Amino acid sequence: MPDLLIRNARPYGEDAVDVLIGNGVIAEIGSGLTASDGAETLDAAGLVLLPGFVDLHVHLREPGGEESETIETGSRAAALGGFTAVFAMPNTNPVADTEVVVEHVHRRGAEVGLVDVHPVGAVTVGLEGTKLAELGSMARSRAQVRMFSDDGRCVNDPLIMRRALEYASALGVVIAQHAEDHRLTAGAQAHEGVVASRLGLAGWPAAAEETIVARDCALARDTDAALHVCHVSSAHTIEVLRAAKAAGIRVSAEVTPHHLLLTDAALTSYDPVHKVNPPLRTAADTKAMREALAEGVLDVVATDHAPHAAQYKDTEWAAARPGMLGLQTALSVLVAACVEPGLLDWHGVARVLSQRPAEITGLSDHGRPIAVGEPANLTVIDPDAQWTVRGAAMASIAANTPYEGMRLPGRVVATVLRGRVTARDGKVHQS
Amino acid sequence: MADDRRGDGGGASSGVSDRELLNAADVARIIARIAHQIIEKTAGGEEVVLIGIPTRGTVLARRLAAAIAEFSGTAPAVGWLDPTLYRDDLRRKPARALEDTEVPEGGLDDRLVVLVDDVLMSGRTVRAALDALADHGRPRAVQLAVLVDRGHRELPIRADYVGKNVPTARREQILVFLDEIDGADGVALRREAGA
Amino acid sequence: MKHLLSVTDLDAAAATALLDTADRLKQALLGREVRKLPTLRGRTVITMFYEDSTRTRVSFEVAGKWMSADTVNVSAKGSSVGKGESLRDTALTLAAMGADCVIVRHPASGAAHRLAAWADRDRAATGTDTCIVNAGDGTHEHPTQALLDAATLRDRLGSVAGRRIGIVGDVLHSRVARSNVFLLATLGADVVLVAPPTLLPVGVQQWPCRISHEIDAELSTLDAVMTLRVQAERMRGAFFPSAREYAIGYGLSDERAAALPQHAVVLHPGPMVRGMEIAPSVADSARSAILAQVRNGVHVRMAVLYHLLAGAPE
Repeated sequence: MPDLLIRNARPYGEDAVDVLIGNGVIAEIGSGLTASDGAETLDAAGLVLLPGFVDLHVHLREPGGEESETIETGSRAAALGGFTAVFAMPNTNPVADTEVVVEHVHRRGAEVGLVDVHPVGAVTVGLEGTKLAELGSMARSRAQVRMFSDDGRCVNDPLIMRRALEYASALGVVIAQHAEDHRLTAGAQAHEGVVASRLGLAGWPAAAEETIVARDCALARDTDAALHVCHVSSAHTIEVLRAAKAAGIRVSAEVTPHHLLLTDAALTSYDPVHKVNPPLRTAADTKAMREALAEGVLDVVATDHAPHAAQYKDTEWAAARPGMLGLQTALSVLVAACVEPGLLDWHGVARVLSQRPAEITGLSDHGRPIAVGEPANLTVIDPDAQWTVRGAAMASIAANTPYEGMRLPGRVVATVLRGRVTARDGKVHQS
Repeated sequence: MADDRRGDGGGASSGVSDRELLNAADVARIIARIAHQIIEKTAGGEEVVLIGIPTRGTVLARRLAAAIAEFSGTAPAVGWLDPTLYRDDLRRKPARALEDTEVPEGGLDDRLVVLVDDVLMSGRTVRAALDALADHGRPRAVQLAVLVDRGHRELPIRADYVGKNVPTARREQILVFLDEIDGADGVALRREAGA
Repeated sequence: MKHLLSVTDLDAAAATALLDTADRLKQALLGREVRKLPTLRGRTVITMFYEDSTRTRVSFEVAGKWMSADTVNVSAKGSSVGKGESLRDTALTLAAMGADCVIVRHPASGAAHRLAAWADRDRAATGTDTCIVNAGDGTHEHPTQALLDAATLRDRLGSVAGRRIGIVGDVLHSRVARSNVFLLATLGADVVLVAPPTLLPVGVQQWPCRISHEIDAELSTLDAVMTLRVQAERMRGAFFPSAREYAIGYGLSDERAAALPQHAVVLHPGPMVRGMEIAPSVADSARSAILAQVRNGVHVRMAVLYHLLAGAPE
């Protein structure tokens, strides 16, 4: 592989330097560096250099949902969004609850080669919440599964959840919980509050998230296991997490870009592009999410990238599937929600989009500092760019972005995976 | 038609000139004359029902009835009927508000109905009113009384009683003022500047 | 007005204009042998009902027919709907066939909004300017029911503004309650909702009405009381312990009806569960306006069709 020279980039927004990359690692950082013949150069004057982003929560839909997304199209979206590693949730068809399926997903990701695709294994067989899946076999498989989740559904049975945590603690893997007490959310269509009451949509009470998180934190404490809370949406949950972390419980938590920016006020048109689980909540909740992310109570931003083909979305509200695209808008939404208001600087962005997600899942080659000898997984961003979101222009097969037509700040200029440019100026660079 | 006869009740504004065609005394005289004609043509006014076309036609019908009662000793029944639902030009304008309809006791069957309106122009309102009448019953005969006939007919319709014939240009407006609605009686011809 | 999806599409003036039109239509048809107006001749009105509702469907159908529209009824059973065709495809198919108006009843809240969005977006493709009337969408709204209730209250009480109207029962699952609260508030009424907390949605505190859990404390001040249908199967969701306990706590019994002011009116959107939410003798009493509601329903729906279809397209 030829060398790559990134000129005049500002690591974490600091002073401009040249970064020379060879053999997939950062070889030299300094000024006035020159590259060998045949090296690719990237003029990054005015641009910010960050470690490559790691997304703990995407749905790539393959196998079984290829009308909405494939591992290839999802990988393209990830590369364009600045990601160098993604964790693909197991709610595929068949469910990723065996080593066969997780190895397939892992292999397809490697074949595409645009982003490291780490399959997430199911906690329970068929995501049915009753019988533990073969966590050990999946962890020891070639896919080296590091995270398990029944995402899309909660491991509602407290005994099963406790056993999963106990069992996982010996494997050194993390259980990621979709925190939703399904008894409290039966039929739920929207955040329980004034908007849902007016629209006649059954409410999804915040307590359904908060109570599961509280319960699971207690279980994680008793089992000394690593618990990760998916897509925190309620301000009340923040308080539970804060207390659990203060008590030394091994819990981490993610927030989605849409729960940082959007509220249930968007629901009044009944356009299901805004339907997501957990639901969009109130402005008070988004404010709490932003502050908790800045504070570190929420560890990471994860997109919950959930492509759905038009036939699953262009329907009446109740019939629509929940979820929205996230990979290509994550950085911009984070800039709008947290960077521009001064809640996060570029170090903070690197922390929530790269460093912490890699730490939570034990990835040794992602989320590393920008330093000589470190793996060259990097993202170059233009902090001053503005762009208009168009779902049809996204790399995903589906176009269900809730940001359609919005002008957002910050843009990914290039993504580098182990020294190779995977995306540049909005174009994917296939190997 | 409907638009032409609506006066704003106010004076002339800039760019518009109004010319008085009838004053209050003229209007009173015309109503008295038509009342006499109706009595004459209907053999004493028995079985006559005056049906006004809202809103000024209704006022005129009431006045005519009072005059007929005064002159003949017999008060004819009065009703009013909004022909809007029967118009042929509904799709040309935003949906308009409906006016009251009230058919007098005893209905219209076998009676002599005199439709009363303020201004007759294209004849389309009268056509709609005739259709509406037919749905309410089967009068023995229907006649038409108008305060002003300004020409420009688009249908083969003719008034039996006309207060005044006024030759007009299409762009001119006839403004009818009646005391009960406008505070005074009178008829004016409005001409837009440059018309 | 392009569509009628929610009572919030109507401000006080627009709602009053509709009620006035309904009054005039009632007058125009009073005592006539031929109950037919030519106003909507050549216009096609399709009722598309995904839930059974004889009352509302027939009311719309009669309203259309009395105005000479060609009315066609589509029910979910026996049509493409039953074969898995999406709501969108069904709606666009009907629009392409030249439906000037689609009246929809659907179990999903917001279904009428979606139809309207599709009709507007795909107008060029279907070639028809189709207006949508919400005849009940999930637990969201039933605007023509609220309009006919307002018409009935106006008839009986002379006006809606300044009147105190109690709505009793399962507000949580009731589209009738939502439409009534917001329409009556728009028209200046003082609305009080009376229900156990389990049958009120979270967020109801921010609706333009007062909340009460004590029916007996309200009765003497009410100008009208509207009892809502309470489905017995709600007991399974633990919304209330038993039909008996509900009837004792919230049912409009003879004793409670007697506590109402002399002039107070009793309304019910139907279908009624006699004995549970309302005593049979109250439903059949002189103060009951339940059949007047049904009669007004036709005139109100004629008025809606008139305002949507009779004038020039906006």
